[in-house]
Amino acid sequence: MCLGIPGQIVKIVDAQQHLATVEVSGVRRVISVLLLSEEDLNVGDWVLVHVGFAMAKIDEAEARLTLEQVEKMGREFVNEMDAFRSSQIT
Amino acid sequence: MKFVEEFRDPAAARAMVKSITALAGDGEYKFMEVCGGHTHTIYRHGLEHILPSNIEFVHGPGCPVCVIPMGRIDDAMGLAEQPNVIFTTFGDMMRVPGSRGSLLDAKARGADTRFVYSPLDALKIAVENPDKHVVFFAVGFETTAPSTAVTLVRAKHLGVKNFSVFVNHVTIVPPIKAILESPDLRLSGFLGPGHVSTVVGTRPYRFIPDVYGKPIVVAGFEPLDILASVHMLLAQINEGRCEVENQYSRVVREEGNVKALKLMAETFELRPHFEWRGLGFISQSALKVNSKYAEFDAEERFSMPGVRVADPKACQCGEVLKGVIKPWECKVFGTACTPETPIGTCMVSPEGACAAYYNFGRLHRETAAVVGQSTGL
Ligand code: SF4
Repeated sequence: MCLGIPGQIVKIVDAQQHLATVEVSGVRRVISVLLLSEEDLNVGDWVLVHVGFAMAKIDEAEARLTLEQVEKMGREFVNEMDAFRSSQIT
Repeated sequence: MKFVEEFRDPAAARAMVKSITALAGDGEYKFMEVCGGHTHTIYRHGLEHILPSNIEFVHGPGCPVCVIPMGRIDDAMGLAEQPNVIFTTFGDMMRVPGSRGSLLDAKARGADTRFVYSPLDALKIAVENPDKHVVFFAVGFETTAPSTAVTLVRAKHLGVKNFSVFVNHVTIVPPIKAILESPDLRLSGFLGPGHVSTVVGTRPYRFIPDVYGKPIVVAGFEPLDILASVHMLLAQINEGRCEVENQYSRVVREEGNVKALKLMAETFELRPHFEWRGLGFISQSALKVNSKYAEFDAEERFSMPGVRVADPKACQCGEVLKGVIKPWECKVFGTACTPETPIGTCMVSPEGACAAYYNFGRLHRETAAVVGQSTGL
């Protein structure tokens, strides 16, 4: 559960509620971007996603590095992605 | 060969190891990695065997699943078994043993216990099930606490009446202090946690050099990040410096995430005491829901026995969490205690030192000698 996985913002769903769709390893889900509301967040930006929240803005190179690293974690990464897939935040 | 070749940049890794070896000379160094994610990287990539043997990693208490004591699990089970309750938590927590088994066992006995990806998912279940009460069992350091804070704010905003949170969030600084106060360990410095620091920043660690005279480097999760951080620690020691440095500045800022800290302050207050598995009671080391959000506090809504339950006799998680023993030195490691049948918490979460070692460490130990020779490191 401690993993922060990089995701790319593909759509701002509800600016008022700070909800955005992110794509993590090909899976799209809605997450909260409220914790980054003081930053200028746009479609295409990369963020570190943890339990349904964008925690930090990262650049693309960092995103790729981190993704490579978490993918190597094997079972833990699979579990995390399963959990992410099960999420239904709206 | 395999391990260094697995690195993103084997040449950089080799150069780094060479430089670390020179800096370390014939000193003896013990560095504690506070965060379970780092423990995982260290075992996964066999870093202990790539580095010279006079540099030792000591695994710290930074796995939030691992530090939850038995009594809290029993309280959680009690909540899960209340009539009309849907009990929700993160997947890892479902398998942590309490004195009457785990939440998975409670589920098998008929309790409506569900794992969720996010506290916001738990809130959604509450909105969709108005005739049930939904409890979310929240654990985690400051990495996770802001997400619970946002969920509380949102529950209040939506006026949800059938939702509460059993908060077991812990804070990162007090256990580091407890470890620094403990006489068992002579540490040379710390690898500071990466993701927790995205929230708290690097300032809260200043007491480590200022009061205790130990260097700390906030580190990223790539194996090269860890090597670079070890290098930075050794450079500090060699140059007679002692400070907080940030190797993970790509992601971590000095001031942290101010918004997240504000939301935590809005919804939580410090508990006077909290029991940590293996570390005992540490004052002001955990959070609870504050009075403004009392209607969402499971501890206000339900009566909680809050009984202290001693760890199983065989369990040495406490020593593992303090870094006093290595996972494989626990008597039940890999025999009675495995990831499938965990006796202690450190075997449950993949970030736990015992699980990380069980999954990767043994393999590395067996092949380490060969690797060392073939890479010429
Ligand atoms: S092997 Fe099991 S009981 Fe022993 S310290 Fe590790 S988790 Fe605890």
